[in-house]
Amino acid sequence: MAQKLIELVRNEFSDSVLDSYSQHGDETVVIEPESWLALGKFLRDDPGCDMALLVDLTAVDYPQKTPRFEVVAHLASLRLGHRLRAKAAVGATDGTGAQIDSWSGLWGSANWAERECFDMFGVDFRGHPDLRRILLYPEFVGHPLRKDYPADRIQPLVAFRDAENIEKLPPFGPSEGMSFGRKTHDQWLTNRDAADDDL
Amino acid sequence: MEAPDIDLDTPSVTLDADPMLLKMGPAHPATHGTVRIIVELSGENIERADVQIGYLHRGFEKMCERGTWSQVFPYVDRCNYVSPLLNNVGYALACEKLLDLQVPLRCQYYRMMLGELARIADHLTCVSAMAMELGAFTPYLWMMKAREMVWDIFEEETGARLTHSFGRIGGMALPPTPGFTEHSQAVVTHVISVIGEAERLLLTNRIFLDRLENVGVMSADDAVSLGWTGPTLRASGIPYDVRKAHPYLRYGDVEFEVPVGVRGDCFDRFVVRLEEMRQSARIIAQCAERMPKDGPVNIDDPRIMLPAKDQVYDTIEGTIQHFKLVMEGIKLPAGEVYGYTEGGNGELGFYLVSDGSGTPHRVRIRPPSFYVTGGLESLITGQMIADVVPCFGSLNMIGGECDH
Repeated sequence: MAQKLIELVRNEFSDSVLDSYSQHGDETVVIEPESWLALGKFLRDDPGCDMALLVDLTAVDYPQKTPRFEVVAHLASLRLGHRLRAKAAVGATDGTGAQIDSWSGLWGSANWAERECFDMFGVDFRGHPDLRRILLYPEFVGHPLRKDYPADRIQPLVAFRDAENIEKLPPFGPSEGMSFGRKTHDQWLTNRDAADDDL
Repeated sequence: MEAPDIDLDTPSVTLDADPMLLKMGPAHPATHGTVRIIVELSGENIERADVQIGYLHRGFEKMCERGTWSQVFPYVDRCNYVSPLLNNVGYALACEKLLDLQVPLRCQYYRMMLGELARIADHLTCVSAMAMELGAFTPYLWMMKAREMVWDIFEEETGARLTHSFGRIGGMALPPTPGFTEHSQAVVTHVISVIGEAERLLLTNRIFLDRLENVGVMSADDAVSLGWTGPTLRASGIPYDVRKAHPYLRYGDVEFEVPVGVRGDCFDRFVVRLEEMRQSARIIAQCAERMPKDGPVNIDDPRIMLPAKDQVYDTIEGTIQHFKLVMEGIKLPAGEVYGYTEGGNGELGFYLVSDGSGTPHRVRIRPPSFYVTGGLESLITGQMIADVVPCFGSLNMIGGECDH
């Protein structure tokens, strides 16, 4: 159903489309980040696409790949019924340089979606009117959904009370017991510091 | 008496004319949900508003990357915690889309019935809380009592009233209890009569209508641009329902209508939810007569489904199957999928990225109320401060889902 849509996109952006495929009933188009804004305009305004609904905009972190972050947008057309997933890869291996154009001028839903993407991954959206954190508090340091952010790090705004005779130790130390997940994430945790182990 | 010797036209005292900043903080007696709305007021009119969410952000997406695919079910339960079975079913369907498998017919009708009961509970909460915040306390208590009866069904079926964690990849945790269809029919009949009573109490009340009609109007184009889906989008006039547009489970076989509003104001959002509950009752009645009385609820695949407990204890194959599924998890194939269903507030989507090991690489929960709450700023700008209460209540922002 969306095969025609992929052909339309490929015809319009023949030199920027890096890949397109169909998997489990979803059609995906991978494009170079420089054409991200032009792709958004095309998908919204072209009558053959008519993707009036930006369903979701998020990112995925692939630390072994370069570029590292993949910005993923899901779009739907209410009139024509087809859907598309558009992807663009940005960012260097150490997480810097993740910049892409903002779609907030095209869809109102992109405003908050890009704020959340910035909050969680640190992707900078050029042209966003108000790019600040949305789910976390402004004093938070770091971008938690990156793979090199340890999941058990806490950043309390109010420091824990330091009183004697209070045992506030977790049942296992950080190196004891079975690892939480079936897969350890140690290979990406290069910036663990003493504060992470000291609860 | 002589007139006072004051010249009222040229005051000698200049009054402060800066706009007033009011913080309707995360805990407010007239809003249900943890959200902070900072409004800049000029008298009673709102000049600017800033909606701040994130007070219930618990880091679900990060937590999901540290367990197995089955361990995500308790997290998605706690997203939209007033209709948790819709989240469970939505996530299970997304995983099954990645596996390219379909659950048995009995499970499909079971999921539909439980999902529509959860939708009724969600809409009961929203509608009654909205009425209570406008001062009508009685319908709130009536609908809470009706919701308790729906929760009695959930407790009978799943063991818990609210966060069931009842869905499984490939089926459900347990088959339906013997009296499920009769129990749900009886409860739904009573819930519909309670809705009728509350309607008769509210919808002819002049004050209630004046507070809702033409307040918080959102045009259809703006609603689509803001990513609104669900009852709020349908109230603005667009008949988009995932159950009709992209049918899943057996929604293509049952008959129901999609209520659509006219003006896109708070009143339409209120009435659309009332009508949707009636349509959900229709769906439940049709599923109750079509659901097979016996047969398997779960698929029979040893790589996905846990075996029965007697097999785990008595046979070596059952022990091995149980061990591998619990310790290593279900190995979803490498790839990505976006599975979407109609949640209580709109299109609830799950974007799953799998790398082939048993641990998810990325679980993105597309929360419908996140995008709906994103439109709150434009909804209340230009309205009066008292209009924030029905506007916010009509959006049904569920903090757990909005902030995941």
